Amino acid sequence: MSSFSVTEPSNRSKWFAGTLVILYALITMVPLAWIMLTGFKSPADAISYPPKVVFEPTLEGYVNLFTTRTRQTPEFLAANPPETWYEEIVREYDMVIAGPSKFGERFLNSVIIGFGSTFLSIFLGTLAAYAFSRFKIPLADDLLFFILSTRMMPPIAVAIPIFLMYRQLGLSDTHLGMILLYTGVNISLAVWLLKGFIDEIPLEYEEAALIDGYTRFQAFYKVVLPQAATGIASTAIFCLIFAWNEYAFAVLLTSGTAQTAPPFIPTIIGVGGLDWPAVAAGATIFLLPVMIFTILLRKHLLRGITFGAVRK
Amino acid sequence: MAQIEIKNIRKDFGAFNAVKESSFTIEDGEFFMLLGPSGCGKTTTLRMIAGLELPTSGEIYLDGEEISQLPPSQRDIAFVFQMFALYPHLNVRKNLSYPLVSQGMPRAQVRAKVEEVANILGITDILNRGVGGLSGGDRQRVALGRAIVRDPKAFMMDEPLGALDAEFREHMSEELRALHDRMKATTVYVTHDQLEAMQMGDKIVVMNNAVVEQFGTPQEIYDKPATMFVADFIGSPSMNFLPFAGKVAEGAQAIEMHGTSFGVPRQQQGSDGRLVFGVRPEHVMLSDSGAYRGEVLASEYLGTTQIITLDTPNGELKARIDSGQVATVGEKVGLGFDARRITLFDESNGQALRSDLNQGVLAHG
Repeated sequence: MSSFSVTEPSNRSKWFAGTLVILYALITMVPLAWIMLTGFKSPADAISYPPKVVFEPTLEGYVNLFTTRTRQTPEFLAANPPETWYEEIVREYDMVIAGPSKFGERFLNSVIIGFGSTFLSIFLGTLAAYAFSRFKIPLADDLLFFILSTRMMPPIAVAIPIFLMYRQLGLSDTHLGMILLYTGVNISLAVWLLKGFIDEIPLEYEEAALIDGYTRFQAFYKVVLPQAATGIASTAIFCLIFAWNEYAFAVLLTSGTAQTAPPFIPTIIGVGGLDWPAVAAGATIFLLPVMIFTILLRKHLLRGITFGAVRK
Repeated sequence: MAQIEIKNIRKDFGAFNAVKESSFTIEDGEFFMLLGPSGCGKTTTLRMIAGLELPTSGEIYLDGEEISQLPPSQRDIAFVFQMFALYPHLNVRKNLSYPLVSQGMPRAQVRAKVEEVANILGITDILNRGVGGLSGGDRQRVALGRAIVRDPKAFMMDEPLGALDAEFREHMSEELRALHDRMKATTVYVTHDQLEAMQMGDKIVVMNNAVVEQFGTPQEIYDKPATMFVADFIGSPSMNFLPFAGKVAEGAQAIEMHGTSFGVPRQQQGSDGRLVFGVRPEHVMLSDSGAYRGEVLASEYLGTTQIITLDTPNGELKARIDSGQVATVGEKVGLGFDARRITLFDESNGQALRSDLNQGVLAHG
C-alpha cells in the first residue's frame, strides 16, 4: 500500500483495534465462560482451589437443578436399581429423585412475564411514539418530559408503595401484576427510543400510501412499521433485558405462582448445601433466551444503536 | 380524466397564511404548471388538490364533484413526490402494485397491469430489484409508474425532476411530456424553474407570496405579464423595467419618458404618477441615431445572439441583439423599442396597466 488515505485506517491501526476488541471480548466473556463451565462440574470440582479449568464434565448440576431428591435407605436403593441416566447420577450420593423442582415453572414465569411485558411495552410504545411523532398534540413536549421523568428515580424507590398497592389490588404474585409493573418501567424508554426512530422515517412514505388508497392506519402498519423494524427490534431487546434480569421487584412481589427465575436461582443454594454447579446450570439456562433473542435481532440491533444515523 | 376547478381556496398554518384566496381552472387533459419561487404556496396548493392538506376555506371540484374535504384515498388523484417516496422495503414490482392491491384488484390483473406500465416506462428489466440501488432516473420512472398504474383522474407532481442532475433532467422532461401527450392525463406540475414551466406546460399559474399573480398559456404569460413580479420571474434575462414619472391618458398610444416620445399599445386605462416602462430584451433595438441614448456597459456573447447591458437615463437595461451587430463597451448608442410589445406598470402596486396588448389576459388576474 503506497497510497495514503484519510478515511481508510492503516493496516497497523486495524490490527491494533482488532487486538483491543478481542482482548475486551475475552475479558467480558471470562465470567460467562466460568458460569457455563461450573455448570458441568461436580460440586467438589466447583469449589476446588486452585480452580480447575480441565475437569471431568458431569450433568450433575443440571440434574440437581431440575429435580428434588431425598436420601434413602440402602435396602430401598438395592431393591430399586436406577432406570435412567439421571437416576444413576443421583444414586452416587445415595439419593433418589423425589420429583421435578420448581425451576421449570419459574423459568416459564420468566418467559411469560419477560416477553409479555416486552410485547406490551413495544405495542403501547410504538403507538404513543407514532402519535408524538406525527400528530399535533397539545403540550407534547411536556408530556414527553413527564413520561421520561418516571425514569428519574430508581424504580425500587417506590417499592413499598407498589407493594401495598399491589396487595390491595390483588396483583401481588400474579403474572399480570409483574407484566404491568415491568411495562410501566419500560414504556418511557420505549416511547423515547421509538419516537426517535419514527421521526427519522420521512413523512412522504405515509403520504404516498395515503395517495395510493390506504387509510391512515393501513399506512401506519404497512409502511411505517416495516420502516421502524430496526428501532422496534433494538427497543425490544432493551426492554426484554430489563424485564428478564429484574431482581428486586421480583423478590418483593412474587413468592409462588408468579415467581420468576432470578429470585428462584439463589434459593437453590439453601436447599442441598452450597450446590454451585446447580446454581451455575440455572444461570446458564437463564442466559439462553436473551442470548438467542439478541442474536436473532443482532442485525437490527447493530443498526439500531446508531440511532438511525446511518440510514439510507 | 378530469377537469379540476379551484375556487377561492385558502390555507392557513396557524397564524401563517400559506395560500390566499386563489381561483383557477385546470382543463381536462392539460399539462398545468404551478410556478413560483420557494415558499410561494404552490406546493401547498398541490397538496390541497391531492388531499394531503385540507384547505382552510374554499372549494375544489374534480369533474364537478366537490372534493376539498375528502381523504386522499377517495379522490382518485396520483401524486409524484419530489424525493419519489418509493417504499424502501418493497421491490419495484411491489411498489408498482401497491396502489392496485389497495383497491382489491385480483392478483393476475395486478400482474398484467404492472407489466403493461413497466413496458410503457421501459423498466421491465428492473421489476424484481429493490428500490435502494436504483439510479435517479429509474427511481423517477418507478415513481411515475406507481402514479399511472391505477389510471387516476389526475396527476400531481411536486418538482419531480428536482432531484435529478441537470443533464438527465432535460431528457426526463422530454420523456414526461411525451408520456403526457400519449396518455392525455390532466397533470398539475409544481416547479420553481420558469424554463421548465415554459417548455412543458400548456398553462401556467404564477404564484408569489401566497397569491396567484397570473394564469394563462406560456405565451400569454411571457408576452403579456399581468404584474411586475411575473414579468421579472419569467424570461432570462427578465423584462427590463425603466421607471419614470409621467402621465398616461386613456386611449394614448405614446408616452413621454426623459423628454422622448415612445410608442406603446393603445392604453385602456389612464394613470398618473410613478410608472414603469416594461420591455423584453429582444424588443430593444440599438441604432446609431436616436434621441434616447444609452452607454454600453457590457456584452455577453451567446452564439446567435448577444446580451448587451446598457446604462440609460432611466436605469440599467439589457438588450438581446444579433451577434453580428457590433456594440463596443463605452460606446453611446441610440435605443428604440418595439411599440407593440411594451407593457406599462403602476409602480405603486406592480400591476400592469390595461392596454390593447394585454386586455384579455388581465381579466383572469
